[in-house]
Amino acid sequence: MTVRFTLNGEPQRCEVPPHWTLLRMLRDAAGHTDAKHGCGEGVCGACAVFLDGIAVNSCSVLAPQVEGATVETVGGLDRDGDLHPLQAELVASGGVQCGFCTPGMVISGIEAVRLGAAGSEAEIRHSLAGNLCRCTGYGKIVAAVGAYRDGEATGVDGDGVRTTDGAPGAAPAPEVGIGP
Amino acid sequence: MSGVEVKPGRRVVGSDLARHDAIEKVAGRTVYAADFALPGMLHARLKRSDYAHAKLTRVDTTAAEALDGVVAVYTAADVPRNTVWVDVPGQTLEVGALKARSNVLADGVVRYHGEPIALVAAESDDAALAALDAIEVDYEPLPVVDDAERALDPEAPQIHESGNLLAHWELEEGDAEAGIASAAAVVEDEYRTQFIDHAYLEPEAGVSWRDTDGVITIRAATQVVEHFRDVARILDLPDNKVRLITPYVGGGFGGKEDMTVEPYLGIVVALTGRPARMVWSRQESLQARQNRHAVRMRYRTGADADGRLVAMDVDILSDGGAYALLSALVLLYSTTCAAGPYRCPNVRIRARTVYTNHTPCSAMRGFGGMQVALGYEGQMDRLAAELGVDPLELRRRNFVERGDTLPIGQPLETTVELPALIEAVTERLEPPPEPSAPRRAVGRGFACNLQPYGRCVWLNDWSSAWIGFELDGTLVIRIAVPDIGGGQASSLIQIASEVLGVAPERITIHIGDSALNPLTGTTTATRQLYMSGNAVLKAARDLREQLAGVAAELLEVEPEQVEFGAEGVSVAGGERSLEFRELLAACASVDVSWHVHATYRAPKGVPWQADESWRGRVFPDFTYGCHAADVEVDLDSGQTRVLRYVAGHDVGQTINPQSVEGQIEGGVAMGLGYALSERLVFDEAQNLTGSFAQYLIPTAVEVPEIDTVVLESGEGMGPFNARGIGEPPIGPPAPAVAAAIRDAIGARLTELPFTPERVAAAVRAREEDADAEG
Ligand code: FES
Ligand code: FES
Repeated sequence: MTVRFTLNGEPQRCEVPPHWTLLRMLRDAAGHTDAKHGCGEGVCGACAVFLDGIAVNSCSVLAPQVEGATVETVGGLDRDGDLHPLQAELVASGGVQCGFCTPGMVISGIEAVRLGAAGSEAEIRHSLAGNLCRCTGYGKIVAAVGAYRDGEATGVDGDGVRTTDGAPGAAPAPEVGIGP
Repeated sequence: MSGVEVKPGRRVVGSDLARHDAIEKVAGRTVYAADFALPGMLHARLKRSDYAHAKLTRVDTTAAEALDGVVAVYTAADVPRNTVWVDVPGQTLEVGALKARSNVLADGVVRYHGEPIALVAAESDDAALAALDAIEVDYEPLPVVDDAERALDPEAPQIHESGNLLAHWELEEGDAEAGIASAAAVVEDEYRTQFIDHAYLEPEAGVSWRDTDGVITIRAATQVVEHFRDVARILDLPDNKVRLITPYVGGGFGGKEDMTVEPYLGIVVALTGRPARMVWSRQESLQARQNRHAVRMRYRTGADADGRLVAMDVDILSDGGAYALLSALVLLYSTTCAAGPYRCPNVRIRARTVYTNHTPCSAMRGFGGMQVALGYEGQMDRLAAELGVDPLELRRRNFVERGDTLPIGQPLETTVELPALIEAVTERLEPPPEPSAPRRAVGRGFACNLQPYGRCVWLNDWSSAWIGFELDGTLVIRIAVPDIGGGQASSLIQIASEVLGVAPERITIHIGDSALNPLTGTTTATRQLYMSGNAVLKAARDLREQLAGVAAELLEVEPEQVEFGAEGVSVAGGERSLEFRELLAACASVDVSWHVHATYRAPKGVPWQADESWRGRVFPDFTYGCHAADVEVDLDSGQTRVLRYVAGHDVGQTINPQSVEGQIEGGVAMGLGYALSERLVFDEAQNLTGSFAQYLIPTAVEVPEIDTVVLESGEGMGPFNARGIGEPPIGPPAPAVAAAIRDAIGARLTELPFTPERVAAAVRAREEDADAEG
């Protein structure tokens, strides 16, 4: 069947069997692999995307359900090449190790701040409880969400490489060469 | 926050430089193993055993092959050489071979639930799944062995012809029996640890294709790029006809040390000629890939009246599961570390690992060196209680020091900063909080550990790296290091930048390719910063020396006076300078090249023989730690919450503080999962834990704030005297939590994990005892 939706601001048209999930459609039909498949059953949060502005686990949404909807993935968050402020905070805080949980963490972190569910450290931790991370122990991710919340509150946004507590900002990305 | 600062005279080593790979990852641009695709690629899946032990009386693939879109279904007979040999993975050939073998596809018998029986390649993943259902397998169930003790019973079913004893190590130093007899206090206990999963977020995945000149190329999530040789062996091809590429990996922790998808991807491309992709489901990852060994340890520990250890008698029995994999080596780590970081004149250690029908066990962060921490630290706490000595004071009286040897004869040549770590960790602690409600109790516990870094010395380990300038003055590092998330690649950029002055953003690193980059060995055994770091350091220093000679001529100074900066070289604080571009042009004119290849070699040694008399060096060096945990226990539900955690390690020298803290925080979180919630559950060797809804790794809510104490002794065998820190933080959490629970409820728990049921039962037993006495 055909599913038409808006993906990161662009119109998208995918031919998929009706049993496919949104995650599978994004990855295997639309060629957007930035949402990750960590469990396929709604537990790990690595596949989180915004669906009509609300964070969802895309492995738990069927592709036909997004007909006419707007989908935003982590790859669509940067503005003119600058990282989204939460993305920049995650880099600056050291909250990214293997990075496989990161796309989902970014989506959930933004959602938590948007919903006002990131007021305290404990609230942030609860808001991220649907996103598993096996590498970081969460502390630096929680700190990054807190710094992003503070930035949103004061409106000090800036250039996407804001720093936390005097830590040096994100260096510009060097080319990464890893073979084909 | 660690409070680490960049030392005077250093530019980037010791600074919180943002990782280049983090920027790519956070933007969703990193192309992980499962994100890669090739036109016309097939989709590969495995048919796995429903039984834990059975004869395969019939495997019929006809119906599956006839399905639309199914290209091929392979069984054992189709695999050119159906044996997976686990010798010593990595770049070392034929030294200390383990000769552990398993099958690529089951050959007549399955020995664990989930063992691969057939391999399907289809035009779509849906077709591959349909084919799995259409493969007909008839099983004749065999009796199951699901208990390590029972496996040693002569009457037990034999899982392999060689018998159920997989490997053993014995060690006796001094006279343990006499020591125990002479001791003023003796404590004895049994400790049990569970099977757990690595549970990285990225399931096993890869893509393969046939490249120029018939080279079978596999791009897969692995910690060991040298597995190209193992694939070649299976495909019956020369080693140089297989190439393995490892992209940035979504977590490893030892679970991607043995091969996972690699052989199957190789088979499909070799036999069909078409590219292929294989991605394991979370269920496959949890149920059918190797685990951490469950271990039963019996400790008898004796001390004199001053609390000095006089004897230790340790019996270790580990469940290796259905195939040997790395079990013998894992057990060797347990044996070496069983006495902990303590001096003891009389030690006997008997360690055995056995075959059962559980999912095979193999490498996982801590690699046998971590399970025993529950034993040796539990004993120190018991002994302290017995003697009425403060547990930390008892430890202080017994710590090993530089110049000591471990019971196996391992010399300790670098400083052991455990007393300083205890002090630093204690300083960070606040007074224990009051319980948050009635029927809650708080407690505090400590644990120390040692964990080796680098591989066993007789493996003759080495790492190579290539560094070269580009004509515009940018720098390239080429090294086949797999980056599994710990900053393995970015740390190397930092090291090269430190020596050569080139700004980190002007350095590009090409990693993880067995054909195009110098081999540097496995990302395992906490060896990568140590080994690859030393290789890159050596290459960078060689290159600097090479260029300094040419620069010195041009600037009319001695080579030692040439300073390397971000844009080029200079003398006398910038009085005269040359841009790198100019310097390279000058090099060309005098036939000096601007690239080098360098190799770092680890210390060598003599292989450990499995007899009691062998003594010697096993590892290059160790990393030591001290952790403290504050917990609150709900006395009715048994729920244990970790309120606060302080983790201290001597890392020698920090390369990147955030990466060091990240390793410690992540290791502690994983260790807390081990302590409190994680366990693979088997019923007659059927693995029942196939989902993250059943296998509970800690979330942001369960993991407390972790305060890291990073001590820099300036001693270690890595670059700039760094010590490895990947594995060491996983050891202390379980014994620290055990001690904290004991402090809170007055009862000792010795079997992991400390689930609410077990804690509540311990509280009830304790309260009943008190009632009976009262
Ligand atoms: S992949 Fe969707 S929640 Fe795990
Ligand atoms: S960074 Fe690896 S899972 Fe979170």
